[in-house]
Amino acid sequence: MNEITITIDGKQVRTQEGEYILNAARANGIFIPAICYLTRCSPTLACRICLVEADGKQVYACNAKAKMGMDINTKTPVIEEEKRAIMEVYDVNHPLECGVCDQSGECELQNYTLEIGVDKQHYSIADTHKPAQDWGLIHYDPALCIMCERCITVCKDMIGDAALSTVARGSEPLDAAFKESMPKDAYAMWNKLNKSLIAPNAGDTLDCTNCGECTAVCPVGALVSSDYQYSSNAWEHQQIPATCAHCSAGCQISYDIKHTDIANPEAKIYRVKNEWNYVSLCGAGRYGYDFQNSNVTKNPVAFDAAIKAFKKADTIAFTSTITNEEAMILQRLKEKLGLKLINNEARVFKNFLDSYSAVSGQSLYSGNLKEVHESDFVVSIGTALKTDNPNARFAMNNALSMNKGAGLYFHPINDPVIEDMSKNLTQFNHAPMMEEAALYLMLDLFGDKTAMPSITVDYLKSFHSLKTVTVEESVDEKVTETVIKKVLNEETGVEEEVSEEVTKTVKKKVSKEIEVDENRLLDLLNAPTGFAETLTKYLAKKEKFSLMVGPDLYTHPNSANCARLVALIEKYTAFNVTMIPNLANTLGVALICDLDEKAGEYTIGYNTAGDFTLSALGNGDLDMPALNQQEGTLTSIDKRVNPTNVALPFGGYTLNDVASALGVSAALSVDYTVQLPVSAGFKAVEFDTLPNHYTNAGEEVRGYVLDTLKVFCGKDENVQAFDEKDAMTTSVVYLANPVLQFTPFTARAHQLNEEGGLYASSEFMSSNGLNLGDNVRVKTPKGEIVVSVINDSKINGDITYLPTFDSKINSQALFGDYRFSNVTIEKV
Amino acid sequence: MHSEPLNDRNVSEHSAYYYVDIEEYPTTGWDKFKQVVKRTFRGELFVGLWVVMREMIKFDIHTVKYPLEKLPIGPRYRAVHKLLRLWESGYERCIGCGLCEKICISDCIRMDTKIDENSRKEVTEYSINLGRCIFCGYCAEVCPELAIVHGQRYENGSEQRAHFVIKDDMLTPLDFLTSGQQAEYPGFGAITPNESVTKTPLAY
Repeated sequence: MNEITITIDGKQVRTQEGEYILNAARANGIFIPAICYLTRCSPTLACRICLVEADGKQVYACNAKAKMGMDINTKTPVIEEEKRAIMEVYDVNHPLECGVCDQSGECELQNYTLEIGVDKQHYSIADTHKPAQDWGLIHYDPALCIMCERCITVCKDMIGDAALSTVARGSEPLDAAFKESMPKDAYAMWNKLNKSLIAPNAGDTLDCTNCGECTAVCPVGALVSSDYQYSSNAWEHQQIPATCAHCSAGCQISYDIKHTDIANPEAKIYRVKNEWNYVSLCGAGRYGYDFQNSNVTKNPVAFDAAIKAFKKADTIAFTSTITNEEAMILQRLKEKLGLKLINNEARVFKNFLDSYSAVSGQSLYSGNLKEVHESDFVVSIGTALKTDNPNARFAMNNALSMNKGAGLYFHPINDPVIEDMSKNLTQFNHAPMMEEAALYLMLDLFGDKTAMPSITVDYLKSFHSLKTVTVEESVDEKVTETVIKKVLNEETGVEEEVSEEVTKTVKKKVSKEIEVDENRLLDLLNAPTGFAETLTKYLAKKEKFSLMVGPDLYTHPNSANCARLVALIEKYTAFNVTMIPNLANTLGVALICDLDEKAGEYTIGYNTAGDFTLSALGNGDLDMPALNQQEGTLTSIDKRVNPTNVALPFGGYTLNDVASALGVSAALSVDYTVQLPVSAGFKAVEFDTLPNHYTNAGEEVRGYVLDTLKVFCGKDENVQAFDEKDAMTTSVVYLANPVLQFTPFTARAHQLNEEGGLYASSEFMSSNGLNLGDNVRVKTPKGEIVVSVINDSKINGDITYLPTFDSKINSQALFGDYRFSNVTIEKV
Repeated sequence: MHSEPLNDRNVSEHSAYYYVDIEEYPTTGWDKFKQVVKRTFRGELFVGLWVVMREMIKFDIHTVKYPLEKLPIGPRYRAVHKLLRLWESGYERCIGCGLCEKICISDCIRMDTKIDENSRKEVTEYSINLGRCIFCGYCAEVCPELAIVHGQRYENGSEQRAHFVIKDDMLTPLDFLTSGQQAEYPGFGAITPNESVTKTPLAY
């Protein structure tokens, strides 16, 4: 793309060729009103208010692309008249309930009405009764809806649920006289608005993954959170800029806080808001905000017991739902007291990274989610994408729908949500343990065979065989015929018969024997028939390739080999690679802490079981602050160190207090921000200097990006062959969480509070005679538990999964390192 | 009255200021003793007592017998707040918009709202911290429903410096409403009555 110069209202503006005029104007601080447009999504052209004049022609700024030397005028009398009429139409029959509306002044309808100065109304139509609807977590009031369709757009282009669409409004047609008297665009907008309303595709309720992004993008108070409804006014909130604490996406959020009620001045989080133009949240981020450890006071007895326990202990076990600073404190404690640090999930990720570095020569993977958003061919291997990292799923969907992209999804569990993303997406529901086959397939399909190590090339060749198949082909055959034509002889005026030779093409079916290349890797991965042709179609005009790999590979028994394969893919194909860390700060913990494999005799558990537990979940021996009660940094999938701030007060002791008493002292936890290891890519930056915002141009100004360091690597690029016999073909169970859940913290939030169980598809339940709520005994080689069956409508197939978010279910004990395990499930 | 003469603080015969003719204070102990004796035995006390006695016998008293008797106060007087009800239905006028809370310059209004079973915004709690309230009247002025108004009760005696008025204290009791005792606030922020006002007036 080339940088070009355009002129908007006499101001010279530099932008990229092909950028929408609206985005160019926004990035340069020029205001063009727009209601229906969403950055990163396709233009809807519903509101038509972004009308501008480009080189003397009226265009919509949201879908007209900037060309070199374009002269744009945003204010002409005609355009002003159109805008005024559009805003008058939006105000027709809009209920005057601004006093109680949940938008409470953050209303784009209100803003533009005042901006454009609507003080008279020229249009009218009889109103219809449109009752409000309750869609579970979301409340829809159609009377307030202005049909900008932003909810539909974001659900389709960004989230990928496509759960909303328009239905008939059932109102009277417009008065025909308006067509003559009204400005053209305003009439067209009104005509469309008057015919439609928003409705869920599933009828009365929403069938989606409950991200709530539709409520975030709604410009008026039509779509709101049911929980927030009428509980507060927007202007009363103090907004605390933070980073979401639930998964590795590290989305920027703001906790909106206010006093609890008239009697209790203590802060309470009322809702979570996001910069929806630049970051989309999942439901866990949006609704799982009140996971704080509340009503904690300093308990000196418990504190002394903790100090004693630390002196006695030889191991600290912890989870990755902690800040970088806490990880740093744990590492210092390890150095000072000679403790062991146990965090299995971060350790396997670290090992994976190390094995990757050994081949790639880089300390970190090359990609990030922004690049996935921008690519047009996306592959995901070894991750239950929609629940491991919802933002990675949004990125993949966004790439597929906005860049006319195509994608491949390798995972044992068939996911209807992924299936619905795009027609140009193929799911490979391979057997567990066949992840290496998927990686080899990537090398085989996309690798530069001339540069790749010859052993690997030969190994890949061994999967190919020539097979003779009989195909029916239609062949064009030329047939020459002699036809007799009557032609008028112009000289004589007499019709004469002339014979003429005519060549015709006739389609003919021919059965033919041809030799085709058969790829055994495709069979191993259960590829759909005819995949080779599908792939050729997918790959047409593709320029930017992204690969996302996930926790199934880190926990894989041959994870080191998987990591080397990933490094080879990055080296010898056009793909950039993004690794999905399991939890909020898995990457940070992996980089900061020296993790041990085996625990000692006396363990201190931090947010996990131990002989003495420090816990932010309120069930430990010493209370700790949760991540919304702490300041610090979290390392995200984008390799970014994002700051998060204190939203709610905490009255107890922090990890820093404990460490200080043990001789690793600092005044504040955030004093460790500057001390984070530069040798791992961190920067020596003070916490208070870390920014946390987006610019109008959509640039992410948050924290800093980790340095990718050069790592010594030998010339050894050997990868091991995999054994087809390892494929787990019997009944298996997976270790994953349902939509909206990540950790015990999400389950603590009042809107997401639920109990876990064995999650199974409807198909599995009916074929095994199971009903909702039945108790089953889940038995794996490692142990057994009895849990109730829960139906997950967002998976298909025979593989069930056990969650990790419910601390009452010790699901991890049933698994080895690998996320899949053989299982027998019987009803009790 | 012009204020210029008052601004001139140089005391002279032309200015409005003049020295009051006061006797010199006694300086010596003997002079002070003489003054005390003179004042004690001059009988000035009985002059005052006589006036009281005379007025008592005449039975023509102008004193307001507070607290048994109270003077009427001006309609614009801004005393302790009231929450009014709709005349027609008896519902609370307050819709919970929160404008009073927002405009309050001493930040002494707080309210809790929730969605009720009829999907309307319900004000569950409403409080004004009278220890902080400066009775400026902004809340009554900004209220779009004429729901919060100033009443006439100006006695704020309390054991606590910061006492509260809560919703139950302020809201017109239903029996008051039915007996027609709810008074519209005629002071600043109220509307001028005209034909368009039916029963419950609105600010718009």
